[in-house]
Amino acid sequence: MSEERFDVIVVGAGPAGLAAAYTMAQAGLEVIVIERGDYPGAKNVMGGVVYRRPTEDVFPDFWQGKSSPVERNIVKQSLWLMNKDAAFSIGYGSAQFKAEEGYNAFTVLRAKFDQWMAAQVEEAGAIIINETTVTDLIMEHGKVVGVRTSRDDGDLYADLVIVAQGVNNLLVQQVGLGVDLKASQAAVAVKEIIALPTGVIEDRFNLEKGEGATIELVGESTMGLTGTAFIYTNKDSLSIGAGALVSQVQQKGVNPNDILENLKEHPMVKPLIAGGETKEYMAHLIPEGGYHAMPKVYADGVMVVGDAAQMVNGMHREGSNLAITSGKLAGLTAIEAKERGDYSSKTLSRYQQRLEESFVLKDLKKYRNLSHFIDDNTHLFTEYPEMVLAASHELMTVDGTPKGDKFKAMFDMVKSKRSLWQITTDLYKGWRAVK
Amino acid sequence: MHVVVCIKQVPDTTEVRIDPKTNTLVRAGVPSIMNPYDIHAVEEAVRIKEQVGGKVTVITMGPPAAVQVLKEAVSLGADETVLVTDRVFAASDTFATSYVLASTIQKIAGSEPVDLIFAGKQAIDGDTAQTGPGIAQRMNLPLLTYVEKVRSIDVENKKIVVERRLEGSKQIVESTLPALLTVEKEINDVRYATLPNLIKAATHNPKAWDHTVIEADRTKVGLKGSPTRVGRSFVQQLTNEPGEIIEGTPQEAVVSLVDKLFAEGHLVADR
Amino acid sequence: MSMESHRGVWIFLEQNHGEMAPVSWELAGAGRRIADKLDTELAGVLLGDNVEDLAKQAFAYGFDKVYLVEDGALKDYRNIPYTKAVSMLVEKYKPEIFLLGATTMGRDLAGAVATEVQTGLTADCTELEVEEDTRLLHAVRPTFGGKLMATIICDVLRPQMATVRPRVMAAPEQQEGRTGEIIREALPMKEEDIVVKVLGYIQENVKTANLDEAEIIVAGGKGIGEAKNFKLVEDLAEVLGGTVAASRAAVDAGWIGHEYQVGQTGVTVRPKIYIAIGISGAIQHLVGMQTSEVIIAINKDPEAPIFKTATYGIVGDLQEIVPALTEELRKRLAGESTTEGVEVASN
Ligand SMILES: Cc1cc2nc3c(=O)[nH]c(=O)nc-3n(C[C@H](O)[C@H](O)[C@H](O)COP(=O)(O)OP(=O)(O)OC[C@H]3O[C@@H](n4cnc5c(N)ncnc54)[C@H](O)[C@@H]3O)c2cc1C
Ligand SMILES: Cc1cc2nc3c(=O)[nH]c(=O)nc-3n(C[C@H](O)[C@H](O)[C@H](O)COP(=O)(O)OP(=O)(O)OC[C@H]3O[C@@H](n4cnc5c(N)ncnc54)[C@H](O)[C@@H]3O)c2cc1C
Ligand SMILES: Nc1ncnc2c1ncn2[C@@H]1O[C@H](COP(=O)(O)O)[C@@H](O)[C@H]1O
Repeated sequence: MSEERFDVIVVGAGPAGLAAAYTMAQAGLEVIVIERGDYPGAKNVMGGVVYRRPTEDVFPDFWQGKSSPVERNIVKQSLWLMNKDAAFSIGYGSAQFKAEEGYNAFTVLRAKFDQWMAAQVEEAGAIIINETTVTDLIMEHGKVVGVRTSRDDGDLYADLVIVAQGVNNLLVQQVGLGVDLKASQAAVAVKEIIALPTGVIEDRFNLEKGEGATIELVGESTMGLTGTAFIYTNKDSLSIGAGALVSQVQQKGVNPNDILENLKEHPMVKPLIAGGETKEYMAHLIPEGGYHAMPKVYADGVMVVGDAAQMVNGMHREGSNLAITSGKLAGLTAIEAKERGDYSSKTLSRYQQRLEESFVLKDLKKYRNLSHFIDDNTHLFTEYPEMVLAASHELMTVDGTPKGDKFKAMFDMVKSKRSLWQITTDLYKGWRAVK
Repeated sequence: MHVVVCIKQVPDTTEVRIDPKTNTLVRAGVPSIMNPYDIHAVEEAVRIKEQVGGKVTVITMGPPAAVQVLKEAVSLGADETVLVTDRVFAASDTFATSYVLASTIQKIAGSEPVDLIFAGKQAIDGDTAQTGPGIAQRMNLPLLTYVEKVRSIDVENKKIVVERRLEGSKQIVESTLPALLTVEKEINDVRYATLPNLIKAATHNPKAWDHTVIEADRTKVGLKGSPTRVGRSFVQQLTNEPGEIIEGTPQEAVVSLVDKLFAEGHLVADR
Repeated sequence: MSMESHRGVWIFLEQNHGEMAPVSWELAGAGRRIADKLDTELAGVLLGDNVEDLAKQAFAYGFDKVYLVEDGALKDYRNIPYTKAVSMLVEKYKPEIFLLGATTMGRDLAGAVATEVQTGLTADCTELEVEEDTRLLHAVRPTFGGKLMATIICDVLRPQMATVRPRVMAAPEQQEGRTGEIIREALPMKEEDIVVKVLGYIQENVKTANLDEAEIIVAGGKGIGEAKNFKLVEDLAEVLGGTVAASRAAVDAGWIGHEYQVGQTGVTVRPKIYIAIGISGAIQHLVGMQTSEVIIAINKDPEAPIFKTATYGIVGDLQEIVPALTEELRKRLAGESTTEGVEVASN
């Protein structure tokens, strides 16, 4: 056991843990962050979009300056509906995103982004210990009082522990705050980073220097499984990945890696990545259970933040912003607790309140039924893209058919796939789920 | 027992690449690490401390960024560290480096006598294996290189017995203390840092000494103090002439190869 | 320092209980060439107990002179008396160039002597050149784990010292009847003054010794594919009466022990026949075997760099070619008789 004693131990140096640590260290709390990777971000995976406001709220101006960890400012985003050989694309780009005031989101690579945040945290006075896994929370009289780590002499005590360990939330389960994720509540995602020269990226995605684009892909991109795929532009690489619900991957016996390989071979995707060299391959889980799957986020001596508390909004590929915001709110609550000298669940319940007042719980509540809806409606990932694409193909092909007939043909085709009644039901359910 | 360990921060040579166009070393983005042999030197020093009591002081000569390896040494159990850093040391060869390190150790010994000095067998960036012998000679200490095992230490009579690697055998030698040892990786298995040591390392601030502190003569360090110079550097080219590709089906190619080996007298049949 | 006062090329004659380290004779070739170019003499430095016979051998290898220090205290190598004796010789007779083998002994001694006599030392060289007009030694050595070669010079101090990696140079032919001068000096210290004592040795049967001396080597690389296929390599080696070896990739894969690795970070070999099977020919491998007399490469990739170094190459799948080659050799080596085995033709 270490003689050293800290106010707070943070488990996990992802966005959630680092945001919490930063907030507390700045207020003068003695904070130690324990991270199991070789360094923060070493094995962390995300597609790579971070949103400006919530991040800036903790790390002001993170997107500015030479040492900034961001790759590109995103000026346009598109959604592709795909079948085997075609893609129907809807996109939104705006000049507003190009002006500095309008910067909305950036692509990042986690290895760099997490290390950058970690450097800020250390500068603010917290200690980060890498290559050390927290194996247990130490409980005394029903209160969390410290952590046990994989190191020799590895017990460490503190007034408060913040669990920010990401999707594998074993510690949360251990103190009885949550239960294990169900296969239908998590997606498995695989991702590659493919190196390409900066200029080539800008040409292929029709971007100006330093600007970025994102593409979300639905349909054949996940071989029809419930999930999505993405292609994001970094400075001199592309992030390409795909994720699908674990339950479906299991049911259909698909190897997630094949989903990505299939995607890379798609005729509309292939030219985007042509000539690139795969630099990194990684796989990770994404919690998709949403609001209903959330554990209790506080108890005596402990709070849970970020993915560990299932705070992911799958619909909007948001996770890091919820992680950072929840980290900050937990941090603020810890500062109060320190002032009062009281780390009981009563004081820490302020964290729950803060979450409810913020977009974090508001958004998660709003989308709370979406995952069920999607899970029960796998045709969304098979038939709808097919329908749209067939219709588009009909519309785009100039073959002498009068336009009126074309629309009729389209309509017939749509009806043959799914009845109007089914479509109407889907739309209604979908609307209900996000209402 | 006061043990001083010399460690060096080196680029991870497994990650160093050669730019095929310019034939120069691409060092950008290459991580810096503690020289792998030196990690074992620190570990051995710490083990000795644990066994007979005392203190481990770790020193490095290098740029300010080298504090990183000193902190790592603390995580492995070192007690004190010194970063010997000064612009005038830049471009020192092993002759000048051993002068700086010897001066540093002498300075340390001035306030607390040194019983044992460790260095790595060699540094993986230069692979010279000269710095250790250089320090020993300058300090007039017995030198024991390529040590694979410390058999015993007799604190009272100031004696040490070690096993040294030679080609095809090991030599068992006894020496008086103080002595300088350079170590092979076989000397020990490096243990994982304990949590208290990691925490200590995270908050550790090495002392930083410049040439005035160690009372080093400016003319004996850096480029001025280095008798060797690097001339041309280049990527290895082979001298061999490209040979002959033997065509044909596998069977034909094999027969024709064997024919040639016999015809040219490289092989003869056993009669 | 007046550099004109330093003349002569010296080589440390490394002996171990009366047995000469091969690198000393390897250096004789390079040393002779350099001495001739500089129009100076080639001298050996020999220390030990009762080793005069070796001095005589040195003359056959082309040495003009041998500085000999014999003393009971020099029976086993120890840094202190060796450094003392060699430094004394250097200071007294002032050589211009001083070369040692980059063995454990050579490197231990060179580092101390260079510091004592205050000169520059270049470690672990693989090539030596000398510039006639400036009389500068250009010592070429690998750095950064062999990724880059650097030429090191020592322009202001003398002697110019270097250690040279074993087996990168070939020993010259012996010239019977050649003689030279022996200069004796006494060890300038007494056993009582030497604080290091040798207590004994642990002999090990190191397998690499075979690789060093093997006349035929059959080496397998990553292309072998899996551990059990190493049998193909072993079978071929057996038919040839040769030794197996491997590339680092095969060693890293765990198919064979590290002591069999040929290359930069393994053993340097120069057999009469080297067969590289499923080895791409990375530079780090090539530097360990490129001086073999005949190199045969078997690789399915016609672009593999190994073919640039090979004397003979066969492009194809090793799974087919190696068994066929083993079989063919088995037949042919047996000749008319039924006895197996092979002799390497001496040439
Ligand atoms: C493929 C993919 C694409 C995504 N795309 C986006 C996107 O574009 N935008 C977005 O906002 N979000 C995205 N997300 C979600 C986002 O990555 C997460 O929501 C976010 O990283 C959560 O942060 P966190 O700090 O809670 O957890 P993590 O980032 O997972 O960090 C947890 C940390 O804890 C450490 N740890 C775990 N267990 C222990 C232990 N026992 N002891 C010590 N340390 C431990 C881990 O090593 C890790 O560093 C994506 C996720 C994936 C997988
Ligand atoms: C600092 C450093 C030191 C190093 N030291 C050494 C060293 O000492 N020794 C060493 O060897 N390497 C060393 N290396 C590693 C070296 O760079 C190469 O990685 C290594 O030599 C490659 O081994 P390989 O040729 O067996 O494997 P690969 O490069 O993977 O080549 C395998 C070859 O097998 C061929 N092949 C595959 N299947 C078949 C088949 N069925 N039939 C026929 N051919 C087939 C392929 O075409 C390919 O050419 C070092 C590297 C570094 C960085
Ligand atoms: N700059 C340095 N600072 C401290 N120790 C060093 C330095 N350079 C070399 N050493 C030590 O000397 C050993 C041999 O290095 P080298 O002679 O460069 O191969 C290393 O393993 C270190 O222990």
